[in-house]
Amino acid sequence: MRRPRPRPGKILLSVLGVALALVWVFPVYWMLLSAVTPDALLRSVTPSFLPVNFTTSNFESVITDSGFTKALGMSLMITGVTLVCVLVFAFFGALAISRWKFRGRTSFVLAVLFIQMLPAEGLFIAQYKMLSSFGETVPALGLNSVLGISILYTAMLIPFTIWMLRGFVAGVPAELEEAAMVDGLSRTQAFVRITFPLLAPGLVASGVYAFLQAWNEFTTALVILPAESKQTLPVWLRSFLSASANEGINWAEVMAASTLIAVPVIVFFMIVQGRMTSGLVSGAVKG
Amino acid sequence: MTSPAQAAPSAPAVEIRHRRRPVVPYVLLIPAVVALLVGLGYPVYWQVVTSMQEYGLLQQFGAPPTFVGLDNYARIFTDERLWAVVLRSIAFCLVNAFLTVAIGMGLALLMRAVHGAVRIIIQVALLLAWATPMVAAVTVFRWLFDYRTGVVNYLLESVGITPPHDGAWLSSPLTFFVVASLVVIWMSVPFVAMSVYAGLTQVSEEVLEAARLDGARPAQILRHILLPLVRPVLAIVLLLQIIWDLRVFAQIRLLQDAGAPVSETNLLGNFIYELGIGSQDFAGAAAVSIFVLLLTVLLSAPYVRSLMKEDAA
Repeated sequence: MRRPRPRPGKILLSVLGVALALVWVFPVYWMLLSAVTPDALLRSVTPSFLPVNFTTSNFESVITDSGFTKALGMSLMITGVTLVCVLVFAFFGALAISRWKFRGRTSFVLAVLFIQMLPAEGLFIAQYKMLSSFGETVPALGLNSVLGISILYTAMLIPFTIWMLRGFVAGVPAELEEAAMVDGLSRTQAFVRITFPLLAPGLVASGVYAFLQAWNEFTTALVILPAESKQTLPVWLRSFLSASANEGINWAEVMAASTLIAVPVIVFFMIVQGRMTSGLVSGAVKG
Repeated sequence: MTSPAQAAPSAPAVEIRHRRRPVVPYVLLIPAVVALLVGLGYPVYWQVVTSMQEYGLLQQFGAPPTFVGLDNYARIFTDERLWAVVLRSIAFCLVNAFLTVAIGMGLALLMRAVHGAVRIIIQVALLLAWATPMVAAVTVFRWLFDYRTGVVNYLLESVGITPPHDGAWLSSPLTFFVVASLVVIWMSVPFVAMSVYAGLTQVSEEVLEAARLDGARPAQILRHILLPLVRPVLAIVLLLQIIWDLRVFAQIRLLQDAGAPVSETNLLGNFIYELGIGSQDFAGAAAVSIFVLLLTVLLSAPYVRSLMKEDAA
């Protein structure tokens, strides 16, 4: 028996679905639209819902803002250091827990799962005091330092990354390595030539996840990087927004800045979204 | 083909000497463990110790802190401000978590019911909202609700509704939390909707067709077939939402910049921030932090247990 033609109910639901999608996407659309509109127009009483007087000048003034370029540099450095540390440390950790049974393995896994639930909001005072005392002896590890905050981000991201990579490592059967060893490769060679390439997609996915988290992080950066010249992009966006509070906010530029911060995230997110959904459901945490 | 769990012991077979006490996994774990100890372990330890010390301005200037037992907890927990914040945080958390899961569930069911093209449109919209960085999202909502030129006020007025407080949404606690909830829900619904939808796709078309042939109405199908199947997913996403919404800090902080009454809009994280970074009461802030940590661990225990079960399976 074939399905009858689409019922009127289904058409109605589809209309509702499109309407909801439009409502949901509206804030993003409004950000993009405001970013390409001259600020004077945004101040007019009647907003326009379609682009008028398209301009790139808002982006130009943000990109030439010295605060933005400094913050971009900080964000890139912190994200880079965090990314490398998280990937290397978590990869080793994932190998250990998925390829060996050893005393303390279960307690370690349990600890990792619990640690990822610790809220930054319950820890930032302690982290602030810790780094400020580190800074008294080693300035490169103190408040306002790239390395200092990267340590905190690394610790924050390791649990989820280990959990995610563990699945990938377990997915490569150890028999493949054993077969290669029978063929005369050493254990290390077998790992590097056979297993590692198979893990590449997992490393890319975890890397993108770590990038997104470090790039977007706000709370810890607000506390650990109090100096104005050391702000990351999210913290800079906040001060950029409040700097103009007295003479009326230049929303066009603020929206251009928001767009600049959001676009790389949206692009990377789309790449790993599928893995993130399954990863998040099967064991994870978001920022 | 053996499962990974069975294959694991055979992997280091080459190192027969270490068979009983393998050294390699411990070495591999060192970097991760060191990072965790420095970045999270020591701060938790510091938090616990400081919460039981006198730690004020004098200690800032080098006076050795003195042990005062649970005095800080007694002081903080008899502070009316804390209880106001705790109640506000729990109310905010529960309202947002339940609304998020309800709306997410609704959208997931809708995605299942509509044409393929419409489903893709909904999914793209959700992904865009999900991927938008939190700081950018809150900034956009501030712009949407700006009291002079915000589009929300314009739309309300154009259909004849006077917005509350003449459009100054963020100036009063109740409407402040309406805006805060809208941001939080907007950002978290996509995760719930996509997860539940993923769960729903596992329901086979044949089962549903059979139910329809037996004369089941849509409501019965929902109640007896779909809901039981996605119940585990719903339980996990609800738990996660509760844990995440309990620790909302940045959204509140960023919205407060627009001139909100800070003491009446603080949630737990903001209260800790004000107490510690703001008024240098590190001991009091540490005591509240420990309270939040315990609350989170308590809440997350069922989640961790379900993950462990999944890991063993």
